[in-house]
Amino acid sequence: MDPRSLKRLFWISGLVFFALGLIGWRDRFLYGHVSANYGSVVTWGLWVAAYIYFIGLSAGSFLISSLVYVFNMKRFERIGRLAVFTAVVTLLLALISIWADLGHMFRAWHVIAYANFKSPMAWMIWLYSAYVILLVTELWFLLRADLVAGGRAPGPKGMVYRLLALGSRDQSEAARARDRWIVRALATIGVPVAIMFHGGVGALFGVVAARPAWHSGMFPIIFLVSALASGGALLTVIAAIFQDGWQRNRDTVIALGRMVLGLLLLDVLFQVSEMLVAFYGGIPGHTESLRLAIGGPFWWVFWWWQLVLGTLVPIVLLVLPTGRDPRWVSLAGLLIAAGFLGVRLNIVIPGLAAEEIRGLSEAIASARMTTYYVPSATEWLVIVGVVGLGLLLFGFGELLLPKEEEAGHVRV
Amino acid sequence: MAESPARTRRKFRYGMVIDTRRCVGCKACVVACKAENKTPPGVAYTVVVEHALPTGPNDKPLFMTKPCFHCERPPCVDVCPVSATFKREQDGIVVIDYDRCIGCRYCITACPYGARFFDFGENYPSVAEKTAYARVPSPEYRQFRKRAADTSPVGNVRKCTLCVHLQDAGGRYDQAAGRWPACAKTCTGRAIFFGDFNDPESEVARLLSERHGVRLKEELGTEPNVHYLL
Ligand code: SF4
Ligand code: SF4
Repeated sequence: MDPRSLKRLFWISGLVFFALGLIGWRDRFLYGHVSANYGSVVTWGLWVAAYIYFIGLSAGSFLISSLVYVFNMKRFERIGRLAVFTAVVTLLLALISIWADLGHMFRAWHVIAYANFKSPMAWMIWLYSAYVILLVTELWFLLRADLVAGGRAPGPKGMVYRLLALGSRDQSEAARARDRWIVRALATIGVPVAIMFHGGVGALFGVVAARPAWHSGMFPIIFLVSALASGGALLTVIAAIFQDGWQRNRDTVIALGRMVLGLLLLDVLFQVSEMLVAFYGGIPGHTESLRLAIGGPFWWVFWWWQLVLGTLVPIVLLVLPTGRDPRWVSLAGLLIAAGFLGVRLNIVIPGLAAEEIRGLSEAIASARMTTYYVPSATEWLVIVGVVGLGLLLFGFGELLLPKEEEAGHVRV
Repeated sequence: MAESPARTRRKFRYGMVIDTRRCVGCKACVVACKAENKTPPGVAYTVVVEHALPTGPNDKPLFMTKPCFHCERPPCVDVCPVSATFKREQDGIVVIDYDRCIGCRYCITACPYGARFFDFGENYPSVAEKTAYARVPSPEYRQFRKRAADTSPVGNVRKCTLCVHLQDAGGRYDQAAGRWPACAKTCTGRAIFFGDFNDPESEVARLLSERHGVRLKEELGTEPNVHYLL
């Protein structure tokens, strides 16, 4: 398939997903949580899984962009801006997903106003807020000179550029040098922030001693590695579609593929280690959730989605000679990126689906008091809509934002 | 809290002692709690858990009535991002500020005892059809809320409050006057004892000194204020 028809496919799916999402969002706004299938035992579901998934993509692509802007890695120079842009978009998607999950959406500001220092969730939110500001500022300084240049064009496109440039007009070499300096500084500050807040998302689960499957010191680390792997995988797909696609980004796509392969193997190593230790110990509370994940009603999420499609097939694609063809590499990236949603589901749901007290789910007859959870149509539609929004934002970003400069110019 | 009772410096330590040998599994406590706190479908502040003990065919099942344990070190309080869940200084009762809770349900994941429930906004038919029953407000926390979409406690997490609305202004309950947690008041087998552990004369303190009580999941360091006599 040539990049043109890829792009058309991209736009169409974006629009269709977004439209489908509106049905879900309508239901969410009119009826609250009534049509969601989670309850008081499995209390977090698809929306939380989607949230940690998108957050991982964001942290991952940001950290990869810092390879360019902090560590000056030439190989990824071409996708530097794209990576920062991806980080902004996926972060937005993450925040929308978790916003839908709140019982009182319009109290979201409470987390800033009344924050509790002891809660990992509160810490995560502060770090996010810092990260959002940092990301958007970094992106703006990355693009500033081009926005100014583009603003001179007549017509609506020029107007958008002038608007986005926020009144900045300076195109001198000195101003560009200043921009580069700022980007570098922000990217450098961003590295520990991104590590902390995504490690913090892992800690959010890790600290919950009541749910043994989450209560592990490995969690913050696993979250980081899987963020890098999934973010990198997504970037290979994006690099293959955007900015003249795989034909021009060939080397970058292949280099990304290699890196993602390494990260994925590291992630597998960590996960295997978690499982081996848990099963060796054999403490029922600890193994129950893992047993559920690999042999429960949703065994296929683990075996097929996560292991075969999300791990084994892409590893084979990246190891064999296909690993030198950007089309196969980006397919592997797509599989890995999609596979990680399975990983996220398998963290959230089985972790909760083991009763805290035996017999609890039978004590009262209620659909909200059960260990069985399948996301409802509304839950899926809301997330499909979020994905659609993401696709559309990428499309607009590519249409409106200045094109990648020739390599060499972006150097910082 | 909108109308929490006047703060007293004296620290009560309210809790329960539950005698599993006296519990017959009638679930009257579950019903009494529903009637007192008007909890909606899917929300139960106390439940009776049933274990078939795997020792032999003639053994009785073990019934265990299980409210919130009002832990001394409650993990639900630590994780709440907005401090909507807190432990009251004057009497150790763990409560939720419905007007602050954002409904993130992190506390549900952190409670090791399954004591918390999310209020999805579902109603019993008598409420949904706006019968006279629907107009009876819930006295919880003395806030007298009517249930309606988008207003608290719909969209909040809810849990047992030890019927805190029955306290007097000084934070005391009165068993003789009927101001006593509904489950303990109604228990047909007299298996639920409620009182102040700080008062050595109280029934709960005496029971614990006479018989051996256990608490669930001691290894988690939560120090529950509900003890079971086996
Ligand atoms: S039993 Fe659960 S809800 Fe109650 S205080 Fe302890 S941790 Fe919190
Ligand atoms: S659901 Fe409410 S009480 Fe529970 S942690 Fe979230 S904000 Fe706190």
